[in-house]
Amino acid sequence: MSERLLHLENVSIRFGGLTAVSELNLQIGAHELVGLIGPNGAGKTTVFNLITGVYQPTSGQISFDEKPSARLKPFQLTKHGLARTFQNIRLFASMNVFDNVRAATQLHRARGIREALWRGRSFRKGEAATEAHVMELLAIFHLEKFRDEPAKSLPYGDQRRLEIVRALATRPKLLLLDEPAAGMNPTEKAELAKLIRFLRDKFQIAILLVEHDMPLVMQICERIAVLDYGVKIAEGTPTEIRANPRVIAAYLGEELTDA
Amino acid sequence: MFFARPRTFLLLALVASGVLGFFQNQLDPYYVDVMTRIGINIILAVSLNLINGHTGQFSLGHAGFMSVGAYTAAAMTMFAGPHVLPANASVLLTGLWFLVALMVGGLTAAAAGFLVGLPSLRLKGDYLAIVTLGFGQIIAVIFRNVEPLGGALGLNGIAAYTNLFWVFAIAAITVYVVTAMVNSTYGRGFIATHDDEVAAEAMGISTTRFKTVAFVIGAFFAGIAGGLYGHFTLTISPRGFDFNRSIEIVVMVIVGGMGNTMGVIFAAVLLTLLPEGLRTLAGVSPSLQWIGESRPLLYSILLISLMLLRPQGLFNFRRSARAKI
Repeated sequence: MSERLLHLENVSIRFGGLTAVSELNLQIGAHELVGLIGPNGAGKTTVFNLITGVYQPTSGQISFDEKPSARLKPFQLTKHGLARTFQNIRLFASMNVFDNVRAATQLHRARGIREALWRGRSFRKGEAATEAHVMELLAIFHLEKFRDEPAKSLPYGDQRRLEIVRALATRPKLLLLDEPAAGMNPTEKAELAKLIRFLRDKFQIAILLVEHDMPLVMQICERIAVLDYGVKIAEGTPTEIRANPRVIAAYLGEELTDA
Repeated sequence: MFFARPRTFLLLALVASGVLGFFQNQLDPYYVDVMTRIGINIILAVSLNLINGHTGQFSLGHAGFMSVGAYTAAAMTMFAGPHVLPANASVLLTGLWFLVALMVGGLTAAAAGFLVGLPSLRLKGDYLAIVTLGFGQIIAVIFRNVEPLGGALGLNGIAAYTNLFWVFAIAAITVYVVTAMVNSTYGRGFIATHDDEVAAEAMGISTTRFKTVAFVIGAFFAGIAGGLYGHFTLTISPRGFDFNRSIEIVVMVIVGGMGNTMGVIFAAVLLTLLPEGLRTLAGVSPSLQWIGESRPLLYSILLISLMLLRPQGLFNFRRSARAKI
């Protein structure tokens, strides 16, 4: 059993009278590729926001890397090794491709205001190292040719990949992908599936995929948790999930009988 | 040009301001007057650009920070100066004391910037603008009611320490500090905060921290500009640092192009010269007199047409996505 990276223990959150997520237990180990699925309104995004520190759980424990994380702010969580992408792409609009990634290397730089003002040798060396690192990352995703282009001018698929590169620049242990396949055509989806696998193997990170697109999740995830009305109704391998009657009833029913 | 060798640029600019200061007495006093105001406006506009342009926080409190610096520096030279300096102090010594007074003024303004910045960090856009606006009003009311600082009449008889050397040396330092800071990996944090706070936080950037730093450094230079201003006009009163003064600086930043330091410098020069130019034009012949009378009108028309025709700023030539928002 690999080491435990993210652990949600009996996590519930209530908004007024509505219990959005109830008694959720979820574990993600290092280097694991886990999918979180569920029909519309099942609470996937709420879980995402709980993990990333946007919401505080009403009850229960969330720990990241064996440390309680519910009280941490999003930027502190990122420092601990949790990075994310956004469902509706949120690149830094006024920056070029290079700077978008460079901005995300912030937390691993030792150079602050003083070095930036003094511009001594160690500053220039450090900046050069950052540049090399960013270019290396961009090259892995074949984005290096867009280096000086405004980020928002890239084609949609490239913007999604740039967002992933940016998240990787924070050197995460766990990467959360929020509906990365949204708005993609089948070819792009197939490439995305390859990319996500590649990410996990190349960077040795764990990935939690919150996704709508059933075939994609079934194809790449090792383990899948299914939410319905804020409750986890099933968890297991893709084969197990596919055969689970509760999942079929809640979500997959028609798709599977058709197939 | 600047980005390649920023330190060389700074050195050259400092030498140039030294030369300017040295030959100041040979220049027409009118030109010295206009140049001084240009320099002070550059400091104000470039430092406000760090807050409003680069970091994307809308502050209307720059005149307030300026007044804090102006009063503090003036109090230092007027009240503390005679006790500290010997009766026949050398030029060097008074210059040094002036520098200390400016620094203390800047630091006090920076402290005010920190205090305003903190509660404002939860606010965005219009709400932040209103808080900073309120800060400016409060500061004015305080100065109006503190008798030792002259109350509504303000302080008179401030020593004429400001010269072209101080003004342009400090303007150069302001430009250097803001540009060098923003153009680094660290400085991308300001722009990230400007672009998308949620995404910035998710990338490990503490937007709170960057906003505070922007406010503190912006206020610091505004305070120093205030100190220079007081020792230039030799009289300061709360009325000189009102809402209109803040707006004037905001307009320079907008005309120059938010977040574009070079553009903002040009705008500071242009908008300081514009009223002078209009005045001169009005004096050419009686048939042009109307120009002098309708100066505020022309100014407003200019602003409106600018916003319609070049919303990204007059001097923003970069092919950047920022222009589109």
